[in-house]
Amino acid sequence: MANNGILVVAVSSRGVLPPAAYELVTAGRALADALKQPLSAVVLSEKASALAPELAARGVPTVYAVESPALAGFLADVHAKAAAAAAEKTGAGTILVSGGVAGKELAARLAVGLKAGLATDVSEILPDGKVLRPIFSGNLVAEVEFKTPVRVLALAPMSFARAEKGGTPGKIEALAFAAPASRAKFVSFQPETSNEIDMGSAERIVSGGRGLGGPDGFKPVFELAHALGAAVGASRAAVDAGWIPYKHQVGLTGRSVRPKLYLAVGISGQIQHLAGMSSSGTIVAINTDKDCPMMQMANVSVQGDYAELVPAITAEIKTRRGASAAA
Amino acid sequence: MGLHIVVCVKSTPSGVNVPVDPATGRPKTAGVPTGVNPYDEYAIEEAVRLKERVAGSTATALTVGAESAADVLREAVARGCDAGVLVAGPEFDGGDSYATSLALSAAIKKLHAEKPVSLVLFGKNTSDVGAGVVGVQTAAWLDWPCATGVKKIDPEGESAATVARGMEDGTDVLSLGLPACIATVKEINEPRLPSLKGKMAAKKATFAKWGAAELGLQPGQVGAAGAATAVAKAAPPPARPAGVVVDGASAAEKAKKLVDILLERKLI
Repeated sequence: MANNGILVVAVSSRGVLPPAAYELVTAGRALADALKQPLSAVVLSEKASALAPELAARGVPTVYAVESPALAGFLADVHAKAAAAAAEKTGAGTILVSGGVAGKELAARLAVGLKAGLATDVSEILPDGKVLRPIFSGNLVAEVEFKTPVRVLALAPMSFARAEKGGTPGKIEALAFAAPASRAKFVSFQPETSNEIDMGSAERIVSGGRGLGGPDGFKPVFELAHALGAAVGASRAAVDAGWIPYKHQVGLTGRSVRPKLYLAVGISGQIQHLAGMSSSGTIVAINTDKDCPMMQMANVSVQGDYAELVPAITAEIKTRRGASAAA
Repeated sequence: MGLHIVVCVKSTPSGVNVPVDPATGRPKTAGVPTGVNPYDEYAIEEAVRLKERVAGSTATALTVGAESAADVLREAVARGCDAGVLVAGPEFDGGDSYATSLALSAAIKKLHAEKPVSLVLFGKNTSDVGAGVVGVQTAAWLDWPCATGVKKIDPEGESAATVARGMEDGTDVLSLGLPACIATVKEINEPRLPSLKGKMAAKKATFAKWGAAELGLQPGQVGAAGAATAVAKAAPPPARPAGVVVDGASAAEKAKKLVDILLERKLI
């Protein structure tokens, strides 16, 4: 049957599958069960045949491996062609892609190629086929409906749980792919040299703002983040002041994040910042001003001087860890 | 000869607090003050910088929108663009990224036929719908290469450009054969304010206006009729439950109570 089935598209340009791929499996499994449609996945990578077993081991019944040197670095046109080959092979009506930089490029290019409706930043898939996504910087949540037989969904990172290994292992099939000629050439990838955790896939983020008073204020923030295994974020004010690089910026002109725990230190909570983090699971605010928007919206608020509180929290966490390690 | 840079801009509500129309359940944008999409300011600035860098280049601003969207073209001229094209008409109402990118691609083809286009620049996303895909979808319709998240553009003569694309875990460097579509991020530059000369030029500027017919498109291919998706309804996100206030006589006591809560909620 045409346009029947759910296809998960997993892209790997770094030799491992990104954690977001396992979020797609969870969303795909739920949708396949609800619609009683078959679930399949495709891995697009230079090392696809080595990575496909990761998805098969998570109960995806059929995993296609598209392996080609042309997929070594991410190029939207080349990857979209490869994804389209899998879409054609499976006849899937719903295609799930992760919502990072590469995922969105792939989804956009694929949607035009398949004449499919596209929604990005999808946080929920409703039983009636509509999906939820933020509009107006998260001030409204839109229910998006599709008018096309095929739909492409780029899922907001951290919106679905990561599938664990289990279930009936799936079968793996290689899918032949002739890379198209592209006017885009992949030159190089320069990884972040620091050992920092990426905000987009972090379960915990500790973020600092203007209240830190200067670049040195980020020192205790990094120490707390390290103790928590958290990524470090920042408000625009702190980035614009040059206290921390742009890549840490959360909010409208920075990144949108959705960790389980967002700890905001010295961030008053301007609407531009809130737009990038208000869908976090639990928000903890530390601020001297108990009436600022961040303290008002937080699930847990602690009033006080960050310079005393943050090191105290770090010390407390280390003490508890030490206690549990001893026990 | 120089580069021909097209910069796609959008007129969006100036604020993000847009009410929901109780009659339709959809966002009500009629009568809301509008301005140039803030993310497009970086694309406009980059178009002007590239123009200044490569002698003989021109920059053309392009928008799809209501008649009033001519205001954002004026803003682009004030900031240094040479010309503007307004794609407007009732047939464009209610378009999604699929229909809008098709209209943009048709307008770019028309511009390309008049004067070959080298680069098409976009903002990261818009402040209203904010899907962040129109640039790539436009490239797909044109079958041109593309990149998003771009924080640096270096033209290599007039046939290619090296771009740095910010990824979650580092930076990709790509070489794009021109013409190509590029979506920029804030990191790429610091937009300047319009100059007096620019403001004068903007005052006098007149813009070509194209409807679906001029673009060689059927009315059914654009706007709501050509859209692949629609917003059925919208609502504010669910309110967060009232928060817990952590008290204590000392920082250490507050820290202890906070860590208790985080452990209890299995957050750490």
